Amino acid sequence: MDPEIFEMENADIAWCPGCGDFLILKALKQALADLELGPEKLVLVSGIGQAGKLPHYLKSNIFNGLHGRSLSPATGIKVSNPDMVVIDVSGDGCMYGEGGNHFMHTIRRNPDITNIVLNNMVYGLTKGQASPTSQKDFETPFQVDGVFEEPFNPLAVAITLGASFVARTFAADIPHTVEVLKKAIQHKGYSLVDIFQPCVTFNKVNTFSWFKEHTYRMDDTHNPYLKIEALKRALEGNDGEGKFPLGIFYIKMGQKTFEENLSVYKKDKTPLFQRKVDKKKLKTLIDSKRSL
Amino acid sequence: MLVKPMSKIKLEEDVSLVLCGEAGQGIQSVENIMVQALKMGGYHVFSTKEYMSRVRGGQNSTQIRASSKRVKAYRDRIDILVALSKGAIPHLEKRITGNTLILGDEEVLQDLDENHYNLLKAPFISKAKKLGGLIFSNVIAAGALSCIMGVDKDIFDELITLLFASKGEKILEKDLKAGVSGYDIGKKLLDSGRISIKIEKNPAISNEILINGTQAVGSGCISGGCKFISAYPMTPSSPLQVFMAENASEFEMVFEQAEDEIAALNMALGASYAGARAMTATSGSGFALMQEAVGLAGMIETPVVIYIAQRPGPAVGLPTRTAQEDLNLALYSGPGEFPRIIFAPGNFKDALELSHKSFNLADKYQIPVFILSDQYLADIYYNLPSLDIENLDVEDYLVETEADYKRYLLTPDGISPRGIPGHGKGLVCADSDEHDEEGHITEDLDLRTLMVDKRLKKMDKIRKEAVPGEFFSTLNSSQYKTLIMGWGSTYWPLKEALVEMDNDDLALLHLKQLYPLSSQVGELIKKAKKSVMFENNAQGQMAHLLQMETGLKIDHKVLKYNGMPFSVEEILIVLETLEEE
Repeated sequence: MDPEIFEMENADIAWCPGCGDFLILKALKQALADLELGPEKLVLVSGIGQAGKLPHYLKSNIFNGLHGRSLSPATGIKVSNPDMVVIDVSGDGCMYGEGGNHFMHTIRRNPDITNIVLNNMVYGLTKGQASPTSQKDFETPFQVDGVFEEPFNPLAVAITLGASFVARTFAADIPHTVEVLKKAIQHKGYSLVDIFQPCVTFNKVNTFSWFKEHTYRMDDTHNPYLKIEALKRALEGNDGEGKFPLGIFYIKMGQKTFEENLSVYKKDKTPLFQRKVDKKKLKTLIDSKRSL
Repeated sequence: MLVKPMSKIKLEEDVSLVLCGEAGQGIQSVENIMVQALKMGGYHVFSTKEYMSRVRGGQNSTQIRASSKRVKAYRDRIDILVALSKGAIPHLEKRITGNTLILGDEEVLQDLDENHYNLLKAPFISKAKKLGGLIFSNVIAAGALSCIMGVDKDIFDELITLLFASKGEKILEKDLKAGVSGYDIGKKLLDSGRISIKIEKNPAISNEILINGTQAVGSGCISGGCKFISAYPMTPSSPLQVFMAENASEFEMVFEQAEDEIAALNMALGASYAGARAMTATSGSGFALMQEAVGLAGMIETPVVIYIAQRPGPAVGLPTRTAQEDLNLALYSGPGEFPRIIFAPGNFKDALELSHKSFNLADKYQIPVFILSDQYLADIYYNLPSLDIENLDVEDYLVETEADYKRYLLTPDGISPRGIPGHGKGLVCADSDEHDEEGHITEDLDLRTLMVDKRLKKMDKIRKEAVPGEFFSTLNSSQYKTLIMGWGSTYWPLKEALVEMDNDDLALLHLKQLYPLSSQVGELIKKAKKSVMFENNAQGQMAHLLQMETGLKIDHKVLKYNGMPFSVEEILIVLETLEEE
């Protein structure tokens, strides 16, 4: 499939020239085309922020909902029609800040969706405030003395909660991002792909070259099936120690998805909208209230 | 009050039994046993409970009315009070009169003055202790009352077996023994000659259905095609959540307990976007958390049904009590301007039919529809011949999309054909930003105005098909002077009071669609010399809404907001005072 199929004619793109988001958009289109997943099959779900606008630039079904809440409708969509491929695209503020509670519990719920987080360690749309992943001492118009809070470690949290697929890539490495995205989308269950992505306007610290210097690709010596190994890798790079690893950190096999756990799909895979009300059964239920 | 000690009570036509004890003494189980036993015994029954938000201690009570006529409303009157704790008497002091016969153990009654109270000793607790624990006192009390009411012992035993079989053979055996003790006590009480009950029984009643308000709403949701419900536990909406969860498998629904109310409504909107008829259920502060997503429903024009079982606020308020305080919250919830519908059923038939209708209307107009209930309506039980679902059909408003599909196509009535992803050739784009017809972000300010108008235009049709209120007058005449009004759960108390008044000057208008209002409402008020609104809130929220909608001012507001429902007696006092004016 040609990635051109996802091209939105006349899209008025609101991203700054040189934004890392363009690279991610390109990688996502490529990954979907490689997997032969056409626009009709796809639902892209997002919240608010510059990252949340991505679905508007990729031809598909979209649900651009509220700030921080995207995983909830994404879950509702997947569970109502498991035939659809549901991809949540959010930013670090949306997913790890406003949506933190949903992030945790969606991991626990394990719907078969892919959660892509465009992580630039800063708020773009609201013009340069700290995000949950901003590194310490990062100065902003709001954090005038620099960030003093511990940066949120989404990968460590996800691994600890038993997320079934956890990965991180760097937007500038498109082939690697495409490869990881394809695996994440194909993975059955919840998958998190956190993508480092420089904000060229509001983050003058974590630039393309900074990410290049502060990351490394994990090689074959990393075993993603070992939770404790995955967690060790996820802790690297934080607190200014060492570099942030890139690649697939953790894969949990054999875990049932949210949809698979529901009785409604045990025998029958029909999407919910095609299911009728059984009035006979309802009459039986009401009549059962006649006797003890 | 001063009563003649050892006075005799004679009950004809209608009896009000109240059982009161501490949380953990199984008052709830007695309610379950008694309503079933009495219905099976051929009485019309009604029950309502009031309880404290605690697991142990405090005082909980349940009222059970048994009658030869249909009874469906809370009354203050207590004919027989079963006191299972010392605290029961002070707890119910305001409702106890010289005509109330108080049954209880020596230890419960010993400090009470026989010149003030009509007391009769009954060893519920002491017998329970002999059986192995205080916990059996509830079944003993239920047995005694069933015996007094002439309920066949076999029916009682069958009930006990059904209720306690799951708890293991040993416990069941003891509960059956507790029933025997109860019936023994009942016989002795009857032999004392101080209780005489002559209420006509009708065996046909035993075949009627016995349900609570929650089950009526839940049946309506199922018949309305609900396929998805996500919610966060909160009293008094939890019973509906339980009902839907229990029936999820049988009726092919997804039930999910969300991590919070915010997720609950957002998840429901995702499900609805994907074509599943979806709902959430909540109360007070829980709904406050959902408001952001109510705005989302308005903006993305995605149907959803929101069940709010009201309780007194603000904040945590009185978690287990009743109120009608969240009308304003439902009416104004969510930022911006968009259409909505608010229903407030007052009886089980309306609870079924309006809940059903909520799903059809939500889909038809692509809006949030609210079902306002409250603790009182959710928890009351009464028997009725049936719930008729014959004509309750799911109206399908979904379209199969074409390749050039536009989710927010501008149409004369504001309703765009609604497609869903994966059903047709088109793409379905929903956007919480202001959007163009395709559903993509726009900041074209002319288009913005068109989109606001498009959304609000739907109100014209919604208004035209607003459900009228139920009008009732004793003589069915329109020549009334005073129009009594209420909404939601005040239906039966108001109606029972009005029937009892039997006064041609009075008429009742019960509102079941609160917003938008049917044009009938204004017309009926104009015909009256005086209008009176009963509400379980402190500010007269419905009276204000009515004035806003019709320009008519309600003359008298009768407001109760202590957490208890209006009793028939309270309403009678107000109506009698009005008559004198």
